[in-house]
Order: sequence, then C-alpha cells, then structure tokens
Amino acid sequence: MLTILFWVFSVLMLASAAAVVLFRNPVNSAMSLVLSFLALAALFVTLDAYFIGIIQVLVYAGAVMVLFLFIIMLLDLKAEARRKLNIAALAGGLAVLGGFVVLIIQVVKSLPGSSDHFPALARTGYSDVYDVGMTLFSGFNLPFQIIGVLLLVATVGVVILSRRSLR
Amino acid sequence: MPTLGDYLLVSGLLFSIGLAGVLLRRNLLIIFMGLELMLNAANLSLVAFARHGVTAFGLPDYNAQVLVFFIITVAAAEVAVGLAIIVALYRLRQTTHVEDLNRMKF
Repeated sequence: MLTILFWVFSVLMLASAAAVVLFRNPVNSAMSLVLSFLALAALFVTLDAYFIGIIQVLVYAGAVMVLFLFIIMLLDLKAEARRKLNIAALAGGLAVLGGFVVLIIQVVKSLPGSSDHFPALARTGYSDVYDVGMTLFSGFNLPFQIIGVLLLVATVGVVILSRRSLR
Repeated sequence: MPTLGDYLLVSGLLFSIGLAGVLLRRNLLIIFMGLELMLNAANLSLVAFARHGVTAFGLPDYNAQVLVFFIITVAAAEVAVGLAIIVALYRLRQTTHVEDLNRMKF
C-alpha cells in the first residue's frame, strides 16, 4: 500500500514540477507548482513526518503560492511571446542538466545503505508534533528566536522595497 | 516498501527539474519557481535521511526535521523579499524577461 502511494505521489510531483517548467503562461505554472507542493507534502506523510507535511501545505501551498499568484496577477503577465531560441545556450543548459542527472543516479546507486528498508518506529503515546516541539524548544531555542528576527527584517525589507520612490 | 534510495532518486530528479527551470527558462518568475523546487528537493532528502537514521528510542531523527522547519521559514522570507525585488524591477523596466535586463552585461 505504502509502495503504491509512494510511486503515485512521486510521479504526480515530478509530472507537475515538469509542467511548471514547460507551461508558457505563468498562472498555469503557479497552479502546477501548488499541485507539486501538495504531492510533496503527501510524500512527507509517507515518511512519518506529519508536522513537516502540514507545514508544507500551510506555508508553501498556502502562503508562498498565494504570494506568487498575487504578484503574477499584479504585474498582469501574459503568456510569454515566442522569441528566437539561443541554440548554444539551450544545448549548454541541456548538457549540464544531463550530466547532473547521471551524476545523481550514480551517487544514489553507490551510496551505502541506499537499498535499505526504513527501520520500524517505536510506538509512543504522544504525537509527532510533541517530539518536534521538544527538539525545537529545548535544543534549538536560540536559532528559533533568530529566525523570528529574520522574519521581522524580511517584513521591513519588503515594505521598504515596495515603496513608490526608492531613495 | 520504498527504500532510502528511491526517495533520494525522486529528490534528485525534482532538483534536476528545478535546475532545468533556472537554466532553460527566461521569465524571472519561472526561474524563481525553479529555485523553490530545488529547495523542496533538499527538504525531501533531509526528511528521508531523518526517517532512515532512527535513534536509539525508535524515533526519527528530529534534528533533521527541525532543520527542514528552519529551511521552510527562511524560504518563506526569501520568497517575500525576492518577489518584492521583482516588483520593483518591473516598475522600473516593465519587463520580467531576463534578456531585456542586460544593462549590467559586460
């Protein structure tokens, strides 16, 4: 059952990610990206990472994609007009990409333990969120607060950047 | 049952598709979406390794999941700032096509 779900969601994720790159209209690309993020959240759930899966849906498929669609519609972008292809650049990009895919497959094949099945998890009484929260607030309290300051700085920066007159 | 290698392979392919978006497309917003795909591929391999490296108590390695949580937070901030820069650029030049933004090209 888990195997079927894994392959279904993997194929869905990779197909919609490819659609992001292939569509010419940015709105279609953004919608495919939402589908890709939702399938990725499902893959996180198959890895027993329930908290990360929920955060993926809330932050990526929710907040980030709303921001993307908002900007696409604000700029009123139409489907890209076809331009003259730069053949040398296209060939170079495809060559780099092909080499990279071959490299990834070789590395994953030669990685020790890559064909291992995942060990079984112990049954505990409390939830996944409890464990993530314990780790986050006991071991990573300072980074957590620094992240808070980073978000504040990003908010201020966005307000400054989107003013009419940049001085 | 899917193995660790299956997850890493899917993650690597997702990264490659994101890289293809960055290398082959010339719309700034699509390039940005490619960057997001690459970040998500890294997250998937981190969570797969967390599930693989079970601790002595039989729990997944939650340090990796906390790292993924931080990556998602930083990515959200990065998207906000990046899109604000794209909007400011669009106001100045009325385009999001990278070949029209060649004033600093040598």
